[in-house]
Amino acid sequence: MSSVVLITIISLSLLGIIAALILYFVAQKFKVYEDPRIDQVEEALPGANCGGCGFAGCRNFAEAIVKSDTFDGLNCPVGGGETMAKIAEILDRKVPEVEPRVAVVRCNGTPEHRKKTSEYNGALNCTIANSLYTGESDCPYGCLGLGECVDACDFNAMYMDSETGLPVIIDDNCVACGACVKACPRNIIELRKKARKDRKIYVSCVNEDKGGPARKACKVACIGCGKCEKVCNYDAITISNNLAFIDSDKCVFCRKCVPVCPTGAILELNFPPRKTAKKEQEEKVKA
Amino acid sequence: MLKTFPKGGVHPPENKISAAAGIDVLPLPEQVTIPISQHLGAPAEPAVAKGDTVKAGQIIATSKGFVSANIHSSVSGKVFKVDKAVDASGYKKMSVIIKVEGDEWLDTIDTGNEHKKDITLNSEEIIRKCAENGIVGMGGATFPSHVKLSIPPGKHCDVLIINGVECEPYLTSDHRLMLERTGELVTGISILMKALKVERAMIGIENNKTDAIERLREFTSGIDGISVHALKVKYPQGGEKQLIKALIKREVPSGGLPVDVGTVVHNVGTAYAVYEAVQLNKPLVERVVTVTGKELEKPVNVLARIGTPVSNLIEFAGGLPDNTAKIVNGGPMMGKALANLSVPVTKGTSGLIVFREEEARRKETGPCIRCGKCITACAMGLEPYLLMSLTEKGMHERSEKEKIMDCMECGSCSYICPANRPLLDYIRLGKATVGKMIKERKQK
Repeated sequence: MSSVVLITIISLSLLGIIAALILYFVAQKFKVYEDPRIDQVEEALPGANCGGCGFAGCRNFAEAIVKSDTFDGLNCPVGGGETMAKIAEILDRKVPEVEPRVAVVRCNGTPEHRKKTSEYNGALNCTIANSLYTGESDCPYGCLGLGECVDACDFNAMYMDSETGLPVIIDDNCVACGACVKACPRNIIELRKKARKDRKIYVSCVNEDKGGPARKACKVACIGCGKCEKVCNYDAITISNNLAFIDSDKCVFCRKCVPVCPTGAILELNFPPRKTAKKEQEEKVKA
Repeated sequence: MLKTFPKGGVHPPENKISAAAGIDVLPLPEQVTIPISQHLGAPAEPAVAKGDTVKAGQIIATSKGFVSANIHSSVSGKVFKVDKAVDASGYKKMSVIIKVEGDEWLDTIDTGNEHKKDITLNSEEIIRKCAENGIVGMGGATFPSHVKLSIPPGKHCDVLIINGVECEPYLTSDHRLMLERTGELVTGISILMKALKVERAMIGIENNKTDAIERLREFTSGIDGISVHALKVKYPQGGEKQLIKALIKREVPSGGLPVDVGTVVHNVGTAYAVYEAVQLNKPLVERVVTVTGKELEKPVNVLARIGTPVSNLIEFAGGLPDNTAKIVNGGPMMGKALANLSVPVTKGTSGLIVFREEEARRKETGPCIRCGKCITACAMGLEPYLLMSLTEKGMHERSEKEKIMDCMECGSCSYICPANRPLLDYIRLGKATVGKMIKERKQK
């Protein structure tokens, strides 16, 4: 009886040793060298696999960044400067300077501003609605309000405001991955430079029609009159196709353009209330 | 046993309310808006400018490229402007807007009512005449007819199929045309046969139009090669591939054209337009449009000039009823809702249907219960439920493999779905995306 047990143990051990030896030699023979830094970089990344960097996932991004000699065109918008600094440390390179950005919805077509001319009753998907017709209002450029951008957001940074019918971005959660920008069939969402205290000045309209039809479709449409372009001292505003655009890299937040806009298409957000001329005088007198 | 296609199909209520209403000529509008792109393929290029005086039948936009079509003025008057105007989808498209003054036709056009039977032109001349006169498929897809008539080298065509099926519910414009312009239509078919150099033509008509079948049989009895076939009523029999299968039992391969199996299909409306273009030298400037609806005072079939505002047609049919909720351009199965009533009638407008509130609204959507009804209904043998979820999930490579591009968008799947899922809406989206992918791959 004991000999059976002994033989079993010995034969199985021998088999195991032989198999281990084969495996060892095969592993040596077919070894693929992989840069250990790829693993390190991947660990440093947020691991959201959101695709905001343009790669399929964090692993692909890590491979690309290790392979490349510079940081040109490679940036993790989710991790931001902190993550990029960590990666730079691992790869022993200089830290690239990337300004944080935030998504902005460039449409202010609330029910008050934009008359509803029809009722959409089809599939609840912006791209489908966009391919069928102009949407529930006459504006062929504005938000369709079916929330494809919200569905695309992986970071809980967006929600649909049921009163305005427009998507709202929660600045603190937005990592500027750009998923919503790609999801929107009408290219309404833009990534803009993040400013102090989440301040924002932007043209909240993408209507390229001439003044008349644009105004008819929506009260707060940009009519491309050019008043803001003239008043801007920093060349931040350009007008093309009857539409003004404020370059967030050039804008200094002087707010001069806001009051000159005849339709109120330019929005200023998160600023302290403006001082009126009267108040200013009063303050001077007090001083 | 009546012939029909074997795979799939549905039986929506026919509702051919306007079948007994003869074709009325619509009074001239005050102004017409003629889009420069009313056909599949490249848009035409405007050939007139603001202030020009034009006569009816004059070219106002010339075709660009082979797959394109000339656009002619449908009225006489002054060009008010050449600018973007709202089309049926609500988006703005380049159009020529003409203020109507009188009704003066070009001298080269025969405006008489006499039926000209003798065909004097040869095949090439007929095809050229079709191209010159901007003839496109009148069934709804508006594919330029001269392209279809030019058989590519190496291909062979032995039978012409004439589509008089009109399987869409409500629509009756082809039906009335077959009844009232029978002689001209038959001459048009002979012209098409001569252009294609075929000996045989088959006219397919669904069996709910027995009067049209009898009348066409009467007119074609003395002519060799033309035969009239009654078909079992089933939607979407008017689909090119379904009609070919029903009549001559040949199957067009996936991604192929009817000419690959030796046939070409033309609509009866197109055959009539070809008669006018070849025998009378008259371009495609008017068409028969069905204006119908259950609440409409006077459902009609009208001969309207291209570019007439839709509101004029509805006014002619007795005006909009109070409980109107939706107006569909085309048939109820494949047509699209209109965003606004100032849009013009184009070469592809086969009907306008006015729906009441309870007919217009889609029912609440539920989850897919895997009943497989959409698969049974699909005339192309596809799996609509699968194509929809693949599109929803963005798996476009897979849906290409599942032959999403074979879908002809007949809407049978959405019609039959017991959970009211918007199957076709998503399949259309998937088709657009896959189409783009294929195009990009070809460019590389």
